[in-house]
Amino acid sequence: MNSKNKKNVIKINEMHKWFGSFHVLKNINLEVSQGERIVICGPSGSGKSTLIRCINRLEVHQQGHISVNDVELSGDLKNLEVIRSDVGMVFQSFNLFPHLSVLENCTLAPIWVRKMPKRDADELAMEYLERVKIPEQAKKFPGQLSGGQQQRVAIARALCMKPKIMLFDEPTSALDPEMIKEVLDTMIELAQTGMTMLVVTHEMGFAKKVADRVIFMDEGEIIEQNTPKLFFTKPTNDRTKLFLSQILNH
Amino acid sequence: MVFDKQNYVPGTHPDLPPPPGTVGIVGWVKNNLFSSLSNSILTILSLYLLYLLIQGGLSWFVVDAVVNANDKPSCRKIGDGACWAVIVKRFDQFIYGFYPLAERWRIDTSFLLLLIAAAPLLYPDIKFRKYMLIFSCLYPFIAFILIKGGVFNLLMIETNLFGGAMLTVIIGVTSIACSLPLGILLALGRQSRLKLVKLLSVCFIEFMRGVPLITLLFVASTMLNYFLPPGTNFNLLIRVIIMMTFFSAAYIAEVIRGGIQAIPKGQYEAADAIGLTYWQTTRFITLPQALKISIPGIVNTFIGLYKDTTLVVIIGLLDPLGIGRAALADTKWNGLSTETYLFVAVIFFISCFAMSRYSLWLEKKLSTDHN
Repeated sequence: MNSKNKKNVIKINEMHKWFGSFHVLKNINLEVSQGERIVICGPSGSGKSTLIRCINRLEVHQQGHISVNDVELSGDLKNLEVIRSDVGMVFQSFNLFPHLSVLENCTLAPIWVRKMPKRDADELAMEYLERVKIPEQAKKFPGQLSGGQQQRVAIARALCMKPKIMLFDEPTSALDPEMIKEVLDTMIELAQTGMTMLVVTHEMGFAKKVADRVIFMDEGEIIEQNTPKLFFTKPTNDRTKLFLSQILNH
Repeated sequence: MVFDKQNYVPGTHPDLPPPPGTVGIVGWVKNNLFSSLSNSILTILSLYLLYLLIQGGLSWFVVDAVVNANDKPSCRKIGDGACWAVIVKRFDQFIYGFYPLAERWRIDTSFLLLLIAAAPLLYPDIKFRKYMLIFSCLYPFIAFILIKGGVFNLLMIETNLFGGAMLTVIIGVTSIACSLPLGILLALGRQSRLKLVKLLSVCFIEFMRGVPLITLLFVASTMLNYFLPPGTNFNLLIRVIIMMTFFSAAYIAEVIRGGIQAIPKGQYEAADAIGLTYWQTTRFITLPQALKISIPGIVNTFIGLYKDTTLVVIIGLLDPLGIGRAALADTKWNGLSTETYLFVAVIFFISCFAMSRYSLWLEKKLSTDHN
């Protein structure tokens, strides 16, 4: 796409990861340029979640190199918290803090990691809650919200850290069908602001609409990557063809 | 029970009241007391038994009871119910032990101040909480000076004069207040990735839990002297409090560890993902949730600890139980064990029941699941 002259914010080079003796990620090479929106898909167990979890070091890779904003992720990382605060993450199971109100969920990290005064953090949080269209729920607790609302709060919480990169780990997989749309709409709006996004999802409609590049993974390897148009119309690999026929024909 | 048959157009059916007799008091009585023939018979039988118990109990406890008498024989002459005279005559001892009569205002004052100091810790929504917490922090020193004396023209009182309910409160409250933070640290230590911290925590917890409390109290009263440099006189009461604290901290640590392990892994991942450090995660995410889950277990341990303070009688400290036994050993009151032990039981029951109710209230207050 038009990313040739943009700077690469994520560089993954010959990266391997094992869970015990299970080789979960094999020779991953991936470069993501600023503002690029990437959708990663593949059958379950293909390592796609593990891959994006390696990018903010929720999982530790054993071989190869990952660098985020030119900082190499390695064992002697001193300011891991600072790097993590630049990379927002949204989980399949929301992972909101149930004992804190929606507003407190959003302000916790800005106050304690960014050292922002409480009043400014509150203002910022309300701004993002408005953007995900639930400012009226600010005083409630996560347990009182619907799944779709919780996931939108989770997106707002991540955005409050003003991250440069957003990772989405199957953000709609735990939602009822009628709530998937409200979350996807929020993500589409976010994509339009120019955020760098890596999204693990099975929502192929989202991929077609938003993605600059679609990556297909299977058994720990990147099998194929292409623009959505070519990916969906002219897949080259047999496994990609099989996968697409399975998820598009039901 | 039969409603007018009405046909509503689909989508316009209003909410109707439930059939009569299924809700409210009538509904409850019907569902719970008279739901079947056998249930009705049991209800009536229970009511009759309750009547017999109350009638007999009332006459022993109140109607035929004697409050004013100088010894047991004169008690028996007046009435054949309970002889509460033994409690009345020895009431001061039950509360203050052998604390000098003229100085007892110091105990009363300390107790009142204790209530004020505890209020902001127990009720998070209280007014002026910040200022009251400052007082709570100062309270241990104030209470120590007031009760022990020796400065500010206050007469120094030896701790061997302490006794009764006052002793129970001193040992109980101090051990409870100290064992919670120690227990939290031990629970975190046991989960720590630092091998040495983990090893020390595990050893401490397993040792303290593996030894009976009485053994620890004996160690406190006798053996500790061998380990301390000769000539140091380490107060027995303080030794007992330290042992009690260690003992219950080990239990608290395990209860809190259970709470920590009940927190889903996703919580830590979310905390990591927004960049919180280990201590920030512990303070804002782990502990608030773990402590909330552990409230029943923690209070359970506290109640156990509070009642275990009666064991100090074995190493010669006279808590209410000890005072009661001393009263029974007196030839004047020989044989009034029912009255004495009932009274001691009531003293403990009041405190323990209050703790239990408080924990229920706190659980409800901290619940964020519904509404």
